[in-house]
Amino acid sequence: MISATPVSPSTPTAAKYEAVIGLECHVQLATHSKMFCGCPSDYSGAPPNTHVCPVCLGMPGVLPVINRTAVEYTLLTGLALNADIPEATKFDRKNYPYPDLVKGYQISQYDLPLVKGGWIEITVEGQTRRIHLERVHLEEDTGKLTHVSGGSLVDFNRSGVPLMEMVSQPDLRTATEAREYLRKLRTILRTLGVSGADMEKGQLRCDVNVSLRPVGQAKLGTKVEVKNLNSFRSVQRSLEYEIVRQAAALDAGETIPQETRGWVEERGVTVTQRSKEEAHDYRYFPEPDLPPIFVSADWVSTLRSRLPELPDAKRDRYIATFGLGTADASALSIDQWAARLFEDTVAAGADPKKAANWIQNDVSRLHDETSSDGHTLDAAHLAELLRLVDDGVIGISAARQVLPSVYQSGRSPRTLVDELGLAQVSDSSALEASVREVLAANPAPVADYHSGKLTAINFLKGQVMKATRGKANPAVAEDLLKKLLDE
Amino acid sequence: MSLTELSITELHSRLARREVSALEVARAHLDRIEALDPMTVRAMLTVTRDHAERQARAADARLTAGETAPLLGIPVVLKDVLTTRGIRTTAGSKILERFVPLEDGTITQRLAEAGTIMLGKSNMDEFAMGSSTENSSFFPTRNPWDLDRVPGGSSGGSAAAVGAEFAPFSLGTDTGGSIRQPGALCGVIGFKPTYGRVSRYGLIAFASSLDQIGPFTRTVEDCALVMNAIAGHDPCDSTSLQAPVPDYTAALQKEPSLKGVRLALPREYFDVEGMEPGVEAAVKAAINQLESLGAELGEVSLPHTRYGLATYYLIAPAECSANLARYDGVKYSLSIREPGAGLWDVYERSRGEGFGREVKRRVILGTYALSSGYYDAYYLKAQKVRTLIKQDFDSVFEHYDAVVGPTSPTVAFPIGAKTQDPLAMYLNDLFTIPTSLAGLPGISVPAGLSNGLPVGLQIIGKALDESGVLRIAHAFEQSTHWHTLRSPIAQMDAATARSA
Repeated sequence: MISATPVSPSTPTAAKYEAVIGLECHVQLATHSKMFCGCPSDYSGAPPNTHVCPVCLGMPGVLPVINRTAVEYTLLTGLALNADIPEATKFDRKNYPYPDLVKGYQISQYDLPLVKGGWIEITVEGQTRRIHLERVHLEEDTGKLTHVSGGSLVDFNRSGVPLMEMVSQPDLRTATEAREYLRKLRTILRTLGVSGADMEKGQLRCDVNVSLRPVGQAKLGTKVEVKNLNSFRSVQRSLEYEIVRQAAALDAGETIPQETRGWVEERGVTVTQRSKEEAHDYRYFPEPDLPPIFVSADWVSTLRSRLPELPDAKRDRYIATFGLGTADASALSIDQWAARLFEDTVAAGADPKKAANWIQNDVSRLHDETSSDGHTLDAAHLAELLRLVDDGVIGISAARQVLPSVYQSGRSPRTLVDELGLAQVSDSSALEASVREVLAANPAPVADYHSGKLTAINFLKGQVMKATRGKANPAVAEDLLKKLLDE
Repeated sequence: MSLTELSITELHSRLARREVSALEVARAHLDRIEALDPMTVRAMLTVTRDHAERQARAADARLTAGETAPLLGIPVVLKDVLTTRGIRTTAGSKILERFVPLEDGTITQRLAEAGTIMLGKSNMDEFAMGSSTENSSFFPTRNPWDLDRVPGGSSGGSAAAVGAEFAPFSLGTDTGGSIRQPGALCGVIGFKPTYGRVSRYGLIAFASSLDQIGPFTRTVEDCALVMNAIAGHDPCDSTSLQAPVPDYTAALQKEPSLKGVRLALPREYFDVEGMEPGVEAAVKAAINQLESLGAELGEVSLPHTRYGLATYYLIAPAECSANLARYDGVKYSLSIREPGAGLWDVYERSRGEGFGREVKRRVILGTYALSSGYYDAYYLKAQKVRTLIKQDFDSVFEHYDAVVGPTSPTVAFPIGAKTQDPLAMYLNDLFTIPTSLAGLPGISVPAGLSNGLPVGLQIIGKALDESGVLRIAHAFEQSTHWHTLRSPIAQMDAATARSA
């Protein structure tokens, strides 16, 4: 993928440099109403400019009123990130002209955000690291521009939707870490129920900052901001691209200009959007239409009591209660769907390690391929499938074969196994005919075996499995082969 | 006595007794406005006859049904900075010349519920920036006492409308003196309540942390009645105060007495350069009158007064630079789009042609004060001084019930006299700005004449002590005859004017 870019791949430059990456995420909050007015904040599918009122249109004379739920969602997020909740916070005006910004300023937070600090733990290649956050603040979303030939159209349905800005410290070092950070963040937000956090729907938007420095150097390089990232994949790809691009430039003795670049998905490249000289002076000042907010200790403790079990706690519980390894526990805990299925499957009697293994492999592959078709896997069915394997009723390959049907039809594995005749044959008398046929048809391997090449039995076993279309119990088949060969 | 001479209280008793209908009252005022205003003071930007007659009929129905609310059937004029549903609201600016609001502001709505009859919208300095109403994008308003002079500003149209007897009351807005100063110059009562006492929802913002709606009336009692209708918390305005609203008329006493009332006279409000001797003499006489009513007087110092203007002219422009950013030629405002023009051309042409000189001056000043590298030296410093100014008042109020002094250093000045000198114009607000910065209630009451022109006495109270301010103003008014003096335009008869 990287070699497809115009950057010269001649030297393994990336090894000489360390990437320093920070993420700035914007998260739409799933409140009923907008940040400062009563309009519904869920505008998906609504015709343009139908979820608007004088307030979110910024008409002369209107005033904002703070959405308490949006403040609470932000505080909950802060608590989930182990962050500080300052006692006093306020809103500020961020001034810049743009046609999608109705008032000519955005109500945001400048020096007193609702949440300060905090961290997210990510696990990459078995290594767990803490990625720290700078702050989380609350602001209002802007309208949306659509450029058409002859002009631009603006839709204010999105104007005033509560938006949480989450700025990480530059703690990330690789594109994979950045993706894992985002995955973890998304799970936390969804677990809290504060956001749909769907990148494709624009509920979670992300800009990355990335700079390179020679390995071992403390001083940071010049950072480049990359915008227009609409998926986890584009975050990872754009970072991979930027790291190679910047490394090549540094190798060529060039300096990296501080700039904002845009990711072009189709071409897989980033291009210059804005240089630092054009950077805005936002002229922040306290929003005079809104009094400061004081967050009492009582309020914080009430919110804390509302926190659900978060991914890290879940991971630790899986390790302690189910004896899972760190990698399995981490992977399951950051995927809400997988975690729920895992717990339900174990509750239905399955062995935790086997359930974890199945869910992360066959089941999750199936889920990824078909998640949009509305089917789900019943945990009881998965447990039943595992039991059929444990009991020797079917083999692993038969289980893999029947899983998609269980998933799609919603019918029990037992029934499907019976219907498809997949139950494995463990009765050696029933297998004897097949085994004898295989021995008769393969004199050479039989001779090999008899001359001392005992591994020839594996080939013969494979032939038995083939002849029985996978239904033979491999252990029974092997025993039988040995018995007949040794006769 | 014609209907247009009557105060709210007098009109109310006639309406309640059904001696006259609300429609007759409304028409008498509308006829007078239409006959006199265009050729004299030009207080009105929009006269809403149809709307007024509709409201009057509805009021008559309520009166017939036996309702006797104090403002039922009473005509009012609103400063054109208060939004009115379906009726254009310009804020005195060309950039909003054709802006028709989608909804009534909270106060417009409260007045409608109280049964008032809106006669129209009054002229003002563009976006309430000015002290003479000469900054209106449309035309200057003239003083009903002398048509060659200004009515003050920025609520000059609302003050002149009451002074010319076009309406028994009007609403204005005060950011640095824009109710009290025109009240003084037009010889009427002008009252700025505590910041947050009256909802700002529907008030087109100039400087959000200072703007406050308040009434112009011809008597203190009328002022109290209007306050009863407009004061109180509004969930749509997060800066409006939760405090309960007293009955303001309860503070007014039959026998004027100020026994036990302690009044502070700030040194900085007297013997000031630029203060007209006639104004100073009238105010001193008024203070003697207060003393004779039993008030205890004491000289005090408000040491940061001299920084008031500088502080105000950093904070207010800073806020306005953001508040006026929405008028970008893209949405409801004036939009100048030439074929092939880019976005920035539209912004620049629309704002360039839509805003007047004073508005541009303040937007530039405020943008500068908020800019990176200047913020601490200007905006932040100004906020700190604002706190000091507030503390000046706090320490005086530890020992006094109210502060008294002149409203404005001069009487109404000739049209054009100060338009070329913004600083001279800004000095008009020397005595009103500190009150605004401190968020305190202040009233201007007629207190005599200087060279035949009205002088105002300013009474400043503690935060939320509107009742105390009204009580002192009422005692003064009841023991003097100044509020009974009528402007020459007020004395003009509509019928005579028409035949002339």
